[in-house]
Amino acid sequence: MSPEAIAAVFRAETGRALAALVGLIGDFDLAEDALQDAFLAALRQWPRQGAPANPRAWLVGAARHKAIDRLRQRARQTSRKDHVALEQRLSAAAQAEAAPSIDTAEAIDDDMLRLVFICCHPALAPDARVALTLRAVAGLDTVAVARAFLVSEETMAQRLVRAKRKIRLAGIPFVAPPPEALSERVAAVLATLYLIFTEGYAATTGAALVRADLCGESIRLTRLLDALLPGRGDVRGLLALMLLHHARRDTRAGPQGEIVLLADQDRTLWDRDAIAEGLDLVGQALRNPGLPNPYAVQAAIAALHCQATDAAATDWRQIAGLYEVLLRLAPTPVIELNHAVAVAMTDGPARGLALLDALTARGTLAGYALLPGARADLLRRLGRTAEAAAAYARADALARLEPERRYYAGRRAELGLG
Amino acid sequence: MQYLLLIYESEAEAQAMAPAAYGEMMAGYGGFTRDLVASGKFKAGDALQPTSTATTVRVREGKTLATDGPFAETREQLGGYYLVEAGDLDDAIAIAARIPGAATGSIEIRPVMVFS
Repeated sequence: MSPEAIAAVFRAETGRALAALVGLIGDFDLAEDALQDAFLAALRQWPRQGAPANPRAWLVGAARHKAIDRLRQRARQTSRKDHVALEQRLSAAAQAEAAPSIDTAEAIDDDMLRLVFICCHPALAPDARVALTLRAVAGLDTVAVARAFLVSEETMAQRLVRAKRKIRLAGIPFVAPPPEALSERVAAVLATLYLIFTEGYAATTGAALVRADLCGESIRLTRLLDALLPGRGDVRGLLALMLLHHARRDTRAGPQGEIVLLADQDRTLWDRDAIAEGLDLVGQALRNPGLPNPYAVQAAIAALHCQATDAAATDWRQIAGLYEVLLRLAPTPVIELNHAVAVAMTDGPARGLALLDALTARGTLAGYALLPGARADLLRRLGRTAEAAAAYARADALARLEPERRYYAGRRAELGLG
Repeated sequence: MQYLLLIYESEAEAQAMAPAAYGEMMAGYGGFTRDLVASGKFKAGDALQPTSTATTVRVREGKTLATDGPFAETREQLGGYYLVEAGDLDDAIAIAARIPGAATGSIEIRPVMVFS
């Protein structure tokens, strides 16, 4: 077995193997260290002896032995009082080893769900949740997680160490949340997964490949959550939203990495399978009783874009209506901005501009390039060229990504003001 | 595990409270404390006099310097605490959420350090 093939097995098995181990050992840190030891043992043994029939069972079994080794080592090094507690943990681990197979699909699913909840616990900072989820649940190594978030390996390793220390010292439990807290806790998980997705989606330059991976990874994890907690409108809505955005991934940038607007994208290149699945999921998410979930409504908007055969066929009236629904469910300045753009498409640029001017006056989106960018487009359509040029210049100054800056500079040049 | 639940509230708002609202709040604390004691998770708890009564002490180069007021000016001030025995952080969060001050101010949860 090649090292690449072994690495692929590790990637695929980390989440569930770690989940099973944390469940057994009850200590996130120790479980992770032990699994790391087991990976090293596999790297030594598998190339010579071939891969075991059930790699996950092999890894979990090996990691249990490693955990016991580590506990014995600690017991020797620490004081007497610790010794007793560690002995108890040790024998518990040994008993667990003697226990009958824990490898039932149901038990593993429960462990996996608990691992997701511990990694996305609201007591952890959002960047710590993202790092832990990618490391522990998705099985990315620290180097890959660091590269995806454009931070040094050392910074990412520190972030992971701090997060695990908080889990241990603050007593964040390895249990599924009680029913009354489930919706809130699922919301924290979904926010984390969406953060991973948008991090991958926003990037159009640099480590583009790795970051496209983040979109795929977040979709994989959301799909997993949907399987573990079936029939939830919020989970299904987010999965639909991700799929419908991701379906357009190959058409969002031109050959030089330049931004291609939705209206100008080659719709024949959109991923039809992803769109079909996304549309099906939106339907299911919106059929759930009660208030529609904001993710599902955003997915419904993305669905309308995906269903239009060309830009002119876009159902802007329904999109503006859905943004109004979103403004009632979960109002944010960015939703207001998108609503204004949709209104401009149905009722004309002057109506849209009035909404954007009101938003600008409130100052809540100061520093957000898309606001002056959207204003500039409407001013241009109204023939207010000089004001449009000033707004494009403002957007250019605020834009953080190079292709964004090139886009605004290009639109400004097209106005022909020199 | 033991957790210290620190209750932060706006003193200005508390002092501006109408007598009826103040009585209602105190009744809320009374009920909460009774329930907590009954659950066996209560270790200690007190309300504090306002920060206008606070004194901050520092010892520098062997000299004791006492100054008026709290260490830092903040929008919310420490007004009281509970020391609880909870199973884990989720349990502590559930207890903290029932403190009447959680609805108007905020509760900081700090695990108590164990020296072995």
